[in-house]
Amino acid sequence: MRYLLLILMLASPAMAVEPSEMLADPALEARAREISKGLRCVVCQNENIDDSNAGIAADLRVLVRERLTAGDSDEETVQYVVDRYGEYVLLKPTFFGNNLILWLTGPLLLLLGGIGALVFIRGRAKPQPEEALNADEQEKLARLLQD
Amino acid sequence: MFVELGQYALILAFIFAIVQAIIPIIGAQKGWANWMAIAVPTAQIQLLLILGAFAALTYAFVVSDFSVQLVANNSHSDKPMLYKVTGVWANHEGSMLLWNLILATFGAAVATFGNNLPPELRARVLSVQAMIGVAFLAFLIFTSNPFLRLDVPPTNGSGLNPLLQDPGLAFHPPFLYLGYVGLSMAFSFAIAALIEGKVDAAWARWVRPWTLAAWVFLTIGIALGSWWAYYELGWGGYWFWDPVENSSFMPWLAATALLHSAIVVEKRDTLKAWTVLLAIIGFSFSLIGTFLVRSGVLTSVHAFATDPARGAFVLVILAIAIGGGLTLYTFRAGLLKSHSVFSTFSRESGLVLNNLLLSVAAAVVLVGTLWPLVIEFTTGEKISVGAPFFDMAFTPFMVLLAMALPIGAILPWKRAKLGKSMRPLWGVMALSVALGTLVWALQTGGRMLAPIGLTLSAWIILGAVADFASRSRFGKVSFGESLRRLRNLPGSDWGKVLAHSGLGMIIFGISAVTAWETEDIRTTQFGERYEVSGYYFTLNKVENLEGPNYDIVRAELLVEDGGKSWLMHPEKRNFRVQRMPTTEAAIDISLTRDVYIALGDPQAGGGYAVRIYIKPFVDWIWIGALVMAFGGLTSLFDRRYRVAAPSRKRTKPLAAPAE
Repeated sequence: MRYLLLILMLASPAMAVEPSEMLADPALEARAREISKGLRCVVCQNENIDDSNAGIAADLRVLVRERLTAGDSDEETVQYVVDRYGEYVLLKPTFFGNNLILWLTGPLLLLLGGIGALVFIRGRAKPQPEEALNADEQEKLARLLQD
Repeated sequence: MFVELGQYALILAFIFAIVQAIIPIIGAQKGWANWMAIAVPTAQIQLLLILGAFAALTYAFVVSDFSVQLVANNSHSDKPMLYKVTGVWANHEGSMLLWNLILATFGAAVATFGNNLPPELRARVLSVQAMIGVAFLAFLIFTSNPFLRLDVPPTNGSGLNPLLQDPGLAFHPPFLYLGYVGLSMAFSFAIAALIEGKVDAAWARWVRPWTLAAWVFLTIGIALGSWWAYYELGWGGYWFWDPVENSSFMPWLAATALLHSAIVVEKRDTLKAWTVLLAIIGFSFSLIGTFLVRSGVLTSVHAFATDPARGAFVLVILAIAIGGGLTLYTFRAGLLKSHSVFSTFSRESGLVLNNLLLSVAAAVVLVGTLWPLVIEFTTGEKISVGAPFFDMAFTPFMVLLAMALPIGAILPWKRAKLGKSMRPLWGVMALSVALGTLVWALQTGGRMLAPIGLTLSAWIILGAVADFASRSRFGKVSFGESLRRLRNLPGSDWGKVLAHSGLGMIIFGISAVTAWETEDIRTTQFGERYEVSGYYFTLNKVENLEGPNYDIVRAELLVEDGGKSWLMHPEKRNFRVQRMPTTEAAIDISLTRDVYIALGDPQAGGGYAVRIYIKPFVDWIWIGALVMAFGGLTSLFDRRYRVAAPSRKRTKPLAAPAE
């Protein structure tokens, strides 16, 4: 089923951003491209609407350009899309709620791992206490020393 | 007939794997030499049997035997021979057979070339390897049998996904699997070491070549996939942070860390427990990757399988391997103590930092890849984690790594005087920063990415050169003497310089193309001449042609650059069987830039949509990856590490104290 979906998607005639969709104002178009790169094509697999060939991605690209032309800021435009399609469209998850765990994984692990590594390295800088020899080994040593 | 023989061979291999999983490990516990010795022939026969099964399936594909379900579903008699053969692994069942073939190859290699391993270690390693084999052969036979027959064979097959009918993607899976599965060797050695409670320099010397080989394959496999995406998907993207890509990138990061920590175990007899843990984690990433790709949990171009039974099966294998490995680790890691001493500034500390950064980076990729699943599972909400997240959350660790790399690589073992070690590097640092500043001053537009990227890559590459210059006492002794010293440096040192320089090239390529790429999308009329970033383009004509199993729409563009001019031919292909179009971009490749043209559709008002990209230095990404892999190979063929070397030729380590 998903395979079929994939074929249908790829079979759609469009090819990512079409010349006809593009805005005449280069500054506005550049903003639209940048925003599009952060929005997910909802029927695709991990593809942003800027790269996607799917019909719905084309609709969203046009929608983004309409909002920008209407004078919305970048944030308002993204919010407009999120309000209609949900957070699913954001390729960069919000820095909020559960997602904090996601965002903080790297920094926290670096901090904890860094402390661990530092403790390990500092521990290594001191001569290690030799393990005391047990009776058996002491006897062996004594014998060796006698020879 | 052959197909049935293949089926029998597979079942026999399964039985041999069961024997190999049980007998040798008991022998090792009890000290029974003849039980341990069973591991060698079973591993070899297992390889022959799976090879036979693989040959049988390949035969079915080559002769287009559509009575085999797999062939009927994935091949077509009109398909070019190359893709009939590569079609064997371009589907779920066949690719799992390839997985098993490679697993058995690694096992048989240890059996055949491992004469100098302590017999107990070899028996345990091969038993663990066979346990993995049992699990995946069972998976193949019971959930993904490639040899199923159809009652009524169709007159022709339904063909292969056109995207997979491409040389780059045809050979991408074998390399990737050689890497993925190669890490099983490190895992088996780690488990065997935990059972024995002993890790020593000899162990590390054994694990390193296998890990290195796996790493080289993985590097090439990932580079091939990335290059394929670049030329095939029609706009020149080379990395998407797609879950499937991440599945191969996580083992790569872990393998990279493992390679480095194994050096510490070998040279300095410390970091043992950590290295064993990394070996377990590395293969766990391979298994997680296999699960993500094979279960269809994440749907993507690569996910051919969407059968939940298969997913559950792999999940069980995953739980047993990772859970079992980590449990064993908790109980036994305490035995792996070491007493060696090193100071805060030393090669050892540098490699600890390397491992810290690579591991955290791998963890970020792991969490980012699994996060949408975790959220959907716990809250039922659907969210996405894509490229913008990874760019932000992953890149800082690579920047830190790049900053620390030349310093860590030049520090001597045990104890370093930072001032003395840094002496050859100050000039390099100044030069790199100067280069970055120059680029910053020259470029128009304020992106800091290119200057920073260039500084880092110059720092890494020149740092590696400076390391070699100081090692050969360049400028202090005669030129001939320096050359002689360079020649005498061991292969692993050459490997190190090459691999690190490769990383520098990749960083350079990525930052240059990201910062300086030009893009032009427009409706182009025939004969209209227009400029993109100094190049002039004219669309001459568009014609219809026929390929072997697809129709072609082929454009011809005249490209002019100053006095030079040449023709380029972007295509669109429409595959007849699947009725599916693909783009074949025309790419003019050079070291300084690629000119990349993709053909779009005819437009309502006449003319064609044409996308043109000028991509500066983009090929450095793949050249860098190849240089990196070549560095790994150079190190692998260092005579001191040659698989059978340690016992046969007691080569004294060359007088090279710094490595």
